[in-house]
Amino acid sequence: MDENLQAEVKQICQVCGNDRTKMMDIVRAVQEKFGQVSSETMNLIAKFVNCHRVEVESVVSFYAFLSKKPKGKVVIRLCNDVVDKMAGADVVADAFKKELGIDFGQTTADGKITLEYTPCIGMCDQAPAAIINDEVITYLSTDKVKEIVADIKKHYDPSKLKHRLGDGNNANEIVHSCVHNGIRKKGTVIFADYKSKSGLKNALAVSPVEVINIVKSARLRGRGGAGFPTGMKWQFTRAAAGEKKFILCNGDEGEPGTFKDRVILTERADMLFEGMTIGGYAIGAEAGILYLRAEYAYLRKLLEKVLKDRRDKNLLGKNILGKKDFNFDIIIQMGAGAYICGEETALISSCEGLRGDPKNRPPFPAQKGYLGNPTAVNNVETLCCVTRILEMGAGWFVESGSKGSPGTKLLSISGDCKLPGVYEFPFGIKVRDMLKEVGAEDTQAVLIGGPSGQIIGQNDFNRTICYDDLATGGAIVVFGQERNVIKIAAEYMEFFIEESCGYCTPCRVGNVLLKKYLDKIIAGKGEPEDLDILKQLGESIKTTSRCGMGQTSPNPVLTTLKNFRKNYESIVKKTTNGMQPTFDIRKALADAESIAKRQSVIFIK
Amino acid sequence: MMTKPKVATASLAGCFGCHMSLLDIDERILKLIELVDFDKSPIDDIKEFTGRCAIGLIEGGCANEDNVHVLQEFRKHCDILIAVGDCAIMGDIPAMRNNIPLKECLEEAYLNGPTVYNPEKIIPNDKELPLCLNRVYPCHEVVKIDYSLPGCPPNADIIWQALVALLTGKPLELPYELIKYD
Repeated sequence: MDENLQAEVKQICQVCGNDRTKMMDIVRAVQEKFGQVSSETMNLIAKFVNCHRVEVESVVSFYAFLSKKPKGKVVIRLCNDVVDKMAGADVVADAFKKELGIDFGQTTADGKITLEYTPCIGMCDQAPAAIINDEVITYLSTDKVKEIVADIKKHYDPSKLKHRLGDGNNANEIVHSCVHNGIRKKGTVIFADYKSKSGLKNALAVSPVEVINIVKSARLRGRGGAGFPTGMKWQFTRAAAGEKKFILCNGDEGEPGTFKDRVILTERADMLFEGMTIGGYAIGAEAGILYLRAEYAYLRKLLEKVLKDRRDKNLLGKNILGKKDFNFDIIIQMGAGAYICGEETALISSCEGLRGDPKNRPPFPAQKGYLGNPTAVNNVETLCCVTRILEMGAGWFVESGSKGSPGTKLLSISGDCKLPGVYEFPFGIKVRDMLKEVGAEDTQAVLIGGPSGQIIGQNDFNRTICYDDLATGGAIVVFGQERNVIKIAAEYMEFFIEESCGYCTPCRVGNVLLKKYLDKIIAGKGEPEDLDILKQLGESIKTTSRCGMGQTSPNPVLTTLKNFRKNYESIVKKTTNGMQPTFDIRKALADAESIAKRQSVIFIK
Repeated sequence: MMTKPKVATASLAGCFGCHMSLLDIDERILKLIELVDFDKSPIDDIKEFTGRCAIGLIEGGCANEDNVHVLQEFRKHCDILIAVGDCAIMGDIPAMRNNIPLKECLEEAYLNGPTVYNPEKIIPNDKELPLCLNRVYPCHEVVKIDYSLPGCPPNADIIWQALVALLTGKPLELPYELIKYD
């Protein structure tokens, strides 16, 4: 065995305290160092952290950014989200193939550059985009691809890629990114000016229970999409039996079309960490974890700096702001490319160093979460709202927004509109008004809440965005008249197929079947009864899946079936001869005809 | 006297086990031929359809072009087509080759397999031999199937109950014992 390898792996494990719950950090470090987590390395890790090898391999095989096989020194991951494709990602993909002389999923012969696809990386407002190692490159074009590939071949160091810097903190030298914030509309809660510690100071002036009561009377609901009342969640977590408690921030925004947390993490990290600290105080936690999706690794140094600044100012650490016995600190847990980890129990699994498998509920995280301890998992935006509520008061907060949904909502809007970006609207805005504001004309369909939400048509444009009508975590994608909604639904199903953790059959198999039927319909071979099958199957998947993913993954199909029924009906037709239109005898016989070197005499061409 | 409805049967990529199971209805076969006439079937060795049939029973999935041809003929001639047994319904054991390219399957069977004796290294390729399909297809992927009777093979009583129910227009009774497989 290579002694050097052994020493390096030993070192990596030691830094992580030889702690198997730090498996994500260990395998990420190994991947970064060696471009793979080889079979041999997995044995070493298992030995050093004293676990079974399968525990290592199950993690490595699960996450998209980890690999058993060697990857190039430079890994180019082109986003193939629907919005990126609408912006020309396919042409960009061809350009990459041509310039590198390889196909997607391959590595150049010299082993230096790997080309891959990746689902939504949170850059829909500046699509097409790619991540090259940790560097995000936006607004790709065929010319830009040429430049990038030529540049990379000079130094094989993506951090040296020259690009114009983005605005705000993106231009900060520790971020040094070409990403643009794209803040189009500032509201009163998130993007209004904020003075560090004013919320926390007010929180620490009252008891933790009172903090929870303030959040409750602000009627704050989770901004991730599910809309669970935050105060209630905290109350449960505080009341749950257990000495150690945790607050986790879900920074794994992976819902295709969402990028609002990207902007919060770039421009409002301080406010976010303050919200986590307030939450920690309220529930009685001493530790918080920000789970950061791997795609946002370029923001990590900035976030670490904000944390350090807060420690220096005694806004984190021991006896915070002089409050005796209030100790709280935050660590960042990096993800490794898995949509499912945005589901709160899967996120907890990932933090524990496991595959991102969702857990059974009950027990809910508030009772038994991270490492079996009571845990509150909150969305990035929710925690920022908390900070503002504690600063301005619950009464101020409920004045904006609608009755059942006080406050504002960040919407990440992209697709067929003139002004894609992040908008902070008060809850209760009509879809029609929102479309007007983003410069969307002649809109056929709007995806509200990402593919796990719903695709609505013009009949619903007078509806409002709020928890009681169109609830959303913030992903809005606009589709113009020329788009094919059935194809869009099929593309989103492809995404869910890719991202299913595979644990339960309805989601693992059912989504594949839904996609098959959609493909059949798109190919013009669909029959009217297929629409009923789609509906039944979609509903079965929703009813019988274990976690939120399977419970929502059929939505692109079910909502387009409901809202764009005519589009489906116009392309399905009844067959009368009893044959399956999808069976292709020529394709079925092609192999045999070529092997036997003779043509079929039964099915003559 | 009214003419009796006709029943046809075929065994495609199956083992004839389902047909054996059909014969396992024992003395009830006498009652069956009071109800129906058998048309194209290996049971009576009628090779070609003599006319329209009420029911077609299909054993096995489609592994080669002849299977497809026979199945399509059945669909054309039968009012109701029943996939009998797991091979017809989902390909089953013959479909275990589906993840292996056809060429590799043929080479394993005729050249490389540990028990193969084939000094001339010939893979059979007479023009009378039907060409294999790229994979084994369950019947419903080739033609529309009206009913499926699961089992490997389906119990004789299931086949009997299903046929009688269809032929007499009475509701089908399948007690739990007949359709449990563990």
